Formats: sequence, C-alpha cells, structure tokens
Amino acid sequence: MPPKGWVEINELYCKACETCVTDCPTQTLAIDLSRLTPKGYHPAFMIHPENCTGCGICAVVCPDAAITVFRGVRPGTEKEGEDA
Amino acid sequence: MTETDVKVVYKRPLGFTDLVTHYCPGCTHGVAHRLIAEVLEEMGELKNTIGVAPVGCAVFAYNYFNFDFVEAAHGRAPAMATGIKRTLPGKILFTYQGDGDLASMGMGEIVAAASRGEQITVIFINNTNYGMTGGQMAPTTLPGQKTSSSPLGRDVETQGYPIRTAELLATLDGAAFVARRTLHDARGIRMAKRAIRTAFEVQKQGLGFSMVELLSICPTNWGLSTTNARQWLAEHMLPYYPVGDFKVSTAVSEMKIGGN
Repeated sequence: MPPKGWVEINELYCKACETCVTDCPTQTLAIDLSRLTPKGYHPAFMIHPENCTGCGICAVVCPDAAITVFRGVRPGTEKEGEDA
Repeated sequence: MTETDVKVVYKRPLGFTDLVTHYCPGCTHGVAHRLIAEVLEEMGELKNTIGVAPVGCAVFAYNYFNFDFVEAAHGRAPAMATGIKRTLPGKILFTYQGDGDLASMGMGEIVAAASRGEQITVIFINNTNYGMTGGQMAPTTLPGQKTSSSPLGRDVETQGYPIRTAELLATLDGAAFVARRTLHDARGIRMAKRAIRTAFEVQKQGLGFSMVELLSICPTNWGLSTTNARQWLAEHMLPYYPVGDFKVSTAVSEMKIGGN
C-alpha cells in the first residue's frame, strides 16, 4: 500500500501560479475556479485527496510557502467517502 | 495506522514573517527566499544573520524574513555586507541580488568583494532581465531574447554577449565556493538548497567568499505562463548557463557539513 498523506494550502498565500498542480506526480491538486482568495486568486485545492502520498514536491516548488504537507492518514478520513 | 502516525513533512519556515510577498504568481524569488530561510533554520543561525537587500524585485526582501536586514544602494550590497561583516565578524552576512543589481550596476562591487575573499555569501538571482522596472535587457539577457528594450531580440553585434557571472567570479582567487543552480523544477530546487547550505557553511567556517547563482523565471516580463516559463528556462537558459560548481577551493572540498 502506498504511503498516504494530505496537504493544507494556506489561501492567504496561494497565488494560483499552478506550479504545484503541474508538478504533482499523482495529479492530486487543481485550481478551484469556484472560490477566490482574499487577494483575488483562485486557490489550489486537493481535487483527488485519495491520490496524495505526502511526497512534498508541491511544497518544494511552491514559491509562496503556502503548502503544509502531512504524512499519515488524515484524521476523520479512515473510512472511504468521508472526505472533509 | 493511527492518528499518532501523522507527521508534518513540510511547513512554512520559521525564518519567514506572516506577510504575503509582492512577487508575481509563480516567481521563483519566493522559492529562493524559502530556501535561505530553511537553510538558516537548519543551521540554527536565524538570530545571528544579517541580510542585505538589493534594488530590484527583491527590494522588499526585508519585510519577508524574520531576522535583521539592511537595504543597500543599487548594486552596492557586497560593499555594505563587507562593512558589516568586518564590524561584526561573528554574524552571518548574506546579500540577495538580482542580475540587474549584481551583474550590471554592481559588477565592480561583486568582483572586488570576491577578489578580496570577503567572508560573505551572495545569493544571485538570474532571470535574464530587469524584472522590477518592466523587463528591460540586462547583462544576462540571452542572444536573440526579446525584452522591452530589445524588441527585436538582443543583437550581439551591438549589445554584446551575456555575462556568465558564476564562471567569471570563479576565476578569482578570493572566491572559495561559486556554484550555479536552477529553480525550475523540484530536483533543481533540492540541489539549490544543498548549494546554499554549503555556501553558508563556507562563511561560517571562515573559508572565504561564496556565491550561488540561481536561474529563475520571470513569467510576467517574459510574457509566458508559469509552466511555459519553466520550460523556457530549461530549453533556453540551461544550455547557456549550465548548472554546476565552478569554484570549490581545497578547504571547501574537505569541509564537513553537520546534519546534512
């Protein structure tokens, strides 16, 4: 079983540059066109949270240090289909 | 797995303030800032560091770092860092300069500081144009590259050839560690972090002048999306500005870096 993880994107810092979306090896991230950050950008979000392995590449390439990466099972998501 | 197995593998470095940077979306200035903050945090030198901000896009760098900073006149950051380092030799001094600041206005200062072997670290951002003022041609602009002041592309007959700063400074005996890295992909960023760590260790151990040149993107002034700008860097800049270590003095090659 591959390692599991999740990312939290601080929408105060995210500028929708899409660098994390392009570089994510598991296509976990996307730009959320339905919301705006306080700065007026569409923030990145986890469109496929089940794919995330917690590798941290998104955070390595993020120019605005907006991403926190966790490795492990996200609390409250042990059962499938219960994504927060 | 239980919740106790959860660990944070990446978070915002302690060396940053809470401010949002003014850089354009995707600009790798932010990556360079983060690498410096991470390296200083790992070395335990956050409280012992003084940065010197340049003139250029990074002119507000002092707002984003959680330690002491001063602002230098255009291109004069190495001279200012020299003065502070000689007055406060126990501090870690670094300058953060762009290509307009370092390779154009401040070429005299940087060459003199390197030839004197000043115990300072220089982080040099090369994005092939003057970013802050609107993307004019810089000494690092590639042959044929269109900028706002070379709309037909840089003509080497009249405007000369780009300066490879890392190779130039590597010829000076005072320079202990001179390297070039790229910030366009995750692998390059990881290599850049190691080079920055080495550069700061060189200064900490008093081995001489150290500089890391970082190839950066400028999506706004290049007129490209972030993704295309990173591809452009890989296709056009890397052949002209190869990544590598151009000067590693004997003392530096024998240096031990703790905890790396």
